[in-house]
Amino acid sequence: MSTVTTDICIIGAGPVGLFAVFEAGLLKMKCHVIDALPQVGGQLSEIYPKKPIYDIPGFPSILAGDLIKNQMEQIAPFHPTFTLGERVEELEKLEDGSFKVVSSEGTEIFCKVVVIAGGLGSFEPRKPAIENLANYEGGKGVNYMILDPEHFRDKRVVLAGGGDSALDWAIFLADVAKELTLVHRGTTFRGAPESAAKVTSLAEEGHMRLLLKSNVTEVHGNGQLEAVTVVPDGADAYQIETDYFIPLFGLVPKLGPLENWGLELDKSAIVVNTFDYSTNIPGVYAIGDINTYPGKLKLILCGYHEAALMAQSAYNVIYPDKKFVLKYTTVNGVPTL
Amino acid sequence: MQEDITVYVETATGERVEVLIPTDMGLSLMEGLKANELDILATCGGMALCATCHVELLQAPELPEPSDDELYMLENLPNLTDSSRLSCQIKVTPALNGTVLRLKGND
Ligand SMILES: Cc1cc2nc3c(=O)[nH]c(=O)nc-3n(C[C@H](O)[C@H](O)[C@H](O)COP(=O)(O)OP(=O)(O)OC[C@H]3O[C@@H](n4cnc5c(N)ncnc54)[C@H](O)[C@@H]3O)c2cc1C
Ligand code: FES
Repeated sequence: MSTVTTDICIIGAGPVGLFAVFEAGLLKMKCHVIDALPQVGGQLSEIYPKKPIYDIPGFPSILAGDLIKNQMEQIAPFHPTFTLGERVEELEKLEDGSFKVVSSEGTEIFCKVVVIAGGLGSFEPRKPAIENLANYEGGKGVNYMILDPEHFRDKRVVLAGGGDSALDWAIFLADVAKELTLVHRGTTFRGAPESAAKVTSLAEEGHMRLLLKSNVTEVHGNGQLEAVTVVPDGADAYQIETDYFIPLFGLVPKLGPLENWGLELDKSAIVVNTFDYSTNIPGVYAIGDINTYPGKLKLILCGYHEAALMAQSAYNVIYPDKKFVLKYTTVNGVPTL
Repeated sequence: MQEDITVYVETATGERVEVLIPTDMGLSLMEGLKANELDILATCGGMALCATCHVELLQAPELPEPSDDELYMLENLPNLTDSSRLSCQIKVTPALNGTVLRLKGND
């Protein structure tokens, strides 16, 4: 559990949350960014990193993954800090008007302004319909994301899934885990061919076990996970002893806890004032795909604009006595923090 | 003008909701369902990248085989069934009239 103190806490590390760091930085406000995903980039990294985007001004075409890489470079001078792989659960207004933001892992962020750039919601794993699976979540053997691969060193691990993330982690963990099994329902892997070839050869060389045309259907243990049941197509079920079971079936965005923070919502989006993208809670702003107002377009471009207007309003909250003066970045270059 | 087709969406309780979809607008089945305000996210807008438009076809005509991209997404869903498809990859045609399906994208 850790504690962070900052000017602005940005919830969501998508393109819009990242650009908010830049706009805040120009006004010398420090940001801490938190995201439920283990990586930055929101939808661009999670859903379409290899797809070109054609409507970013100044870029006739740019891969979504490259846009995020460039944005990280652009905000580096402001030294933002990050908490990744943790979902924000609570937003509390303190007596002095500042805020406490609490994550799923108990991280506490104290800040003067909260900017919700939560997109379509926090990305949550798709979970297989296995009875009692939830009993082993939260450190008891079932994980849906791999935050720190070292956690699995010299352990027995069963991965399920056949997508690129399952392949990438299988390749990585083959070296780390004591015993690695990949269970995939298909006969082939349709993802990146190099990764598929690598997994096949790792299995042939005995560095991991590959179970094709198979499904994990049960989990067993006594408080802690001990084994999973594997059912091959048209054959008898059997058990594999294991310390960890990690189903990797992709992620879906879910609005999640922010429904309960007292914000005015309209169809799963936060209602804002287009003057400065403030919400009904003073000091809390909402920008990007998560907000709604008459004429809203869910585009990256629009989120960037919202970030700029939000930042000058946030400046007035954080420095009520100072007067905001717009400076072009071309005049003084980018200041650092 | 071509007639609309009727598609039936079976709810969790087994009821069938009737949905009218025009065939002359070049819609995908996902777009037709969404236009009827059914609960489909379709996060990726029909690029076979998100699987939030996953449907199980309970009764449907013979359809063109799914593409490799679609199969890739389907294979990696925990709740895949033998008649699962991504509705954004299915073109609305008159042949689809009478199709019965279940929405699986939010499971
Ligand atoms: C396939 C596809 C193609 C697209 N093409 C284009 C295009 O060409 N041009 C264009 O302008 N737009 C396009 N879009 C839309 C664009 O991706 C979105 O407008 C953009 O991602 C919105 O950015 P954001 O920062 O608001 O949110 P997101 O990118 O959704 O990021 C939000 C982040 O917030 C996190 N989060 C939410 N709630 C919490 C919480 N409680 N705790 C912790 N973290 C949380 C989520 O995990 C997520 O990472 C496309 C989208 C898709 C899916
Ligand atoms: S809408 Fe995303 S896969 Fe169909």
